Amino acid sequence: MLNVENYWVLKIAGYDVWITETIFNTWIVMAVLIILAIIARMKLKSFKVIPSGFQNVIESLVEIFDNFVTNTMGEKLSYVAPWFFMVFSLVFSSSLFSTIGFRAPTADFITTFALAIVTFLMMVVLGFRHRKGKYLKSLFQPNFVFFPINVLGEMAKPVSLSFRLFGNMLSGTIILTLWYTLTPTLLQIGIPAALHGFFDVIMGFLQTYIFVIISLMYIKGAADE
Amino acid sequence: MEQALATIISAAHIGAAIALFNGAFTTFGQAKIVAQAIESMARQPEASDDIRSSMFIGIALSETSGIYGLLIAIIMLFANPLVNIFINFVS
Repeated sequence: MLNVENYWVLKIAGYDVWITETIFNTWIVMAVLIILAIIARMKLKSFKVIPSGFQNVIESLVEIFDNFVTNTMGEKLSYVAPWFFMVFSLVFSSSLFSTIGFRAPTADFITTFALAIVTFLMMVVLGFRHRKGKYLKSLFQPNFVFFPINVLGEMAKPVSLSFRLFGNMLSGTIILTLWYTLTPTLLQIGIPAALHGFFDVIMGFLQTYIFVIISLMYIKGAADE
Repeated sequence: MEQALATIISAAHIGAAIALFNGAFTTFGQAKIVAQAIESMARQPEASDDIRSSMFIGIALSETSGIYGLLIAIIMLFANPLVNIFINFVS
């Protein structure tokens, strides 16, 4: 479980495209999330003014996340909430995915780095969109000598963001793999459940929350006055 | 040759152990953050929600150095850069 397995190699236009365990597991997580979203969309027609049951769950989820983003970012920037709701559900369900014995997609660097790169692009684009020249000027603060240091600081943001999530998920995976391979069979009943509960559910939720809130703070720092 | 390889592998393991040492210092920093946060929560219970969210952000930011050490240890143990350099050098 320590190495990411490679399932197939596709040849597309002369390039080797590797379908690894990570990509395959991400597809499964995505399929579950998309099916849930389609069910919610189909039930949307029968939604009433006074919610009950399934509608209650969906509405409270969306509302809690909207309020969370609005409280962190302010009213003006709160339109990024849908994207971060997607990131939150993807990352949290992929860490929940490893409780049933698969490798979590976030325990591979490519997944977390892709998400962090999107945060970085949003930071730059929204910074230019909301502050225009002032964002460029903020790179020259307090003096033009500091320009390379500021650029390096901006570049370090997605790297540290992705390494944090990746390191936490990978350490959980490694500890569970060590437990599964090194202990006798009798100790593999019950105890891994507690380990999964701590490393996947609790740490998974905490790291997802931290990933989202730090992305929001980076975007806010770039785009807000 | 075998002896040199054994020396290199043991050096990589010792390096990984030293890299994991910064977990101790990271933990000290995090303990300080949490202690301060609890103190201010006890002093101002109505502001505890704000303090809790900033506490989590501070913990996560200070955890970065510990994660870097963990990654260096993992690279030393599983990716074996030193052994690859040695094999290239010999062949």
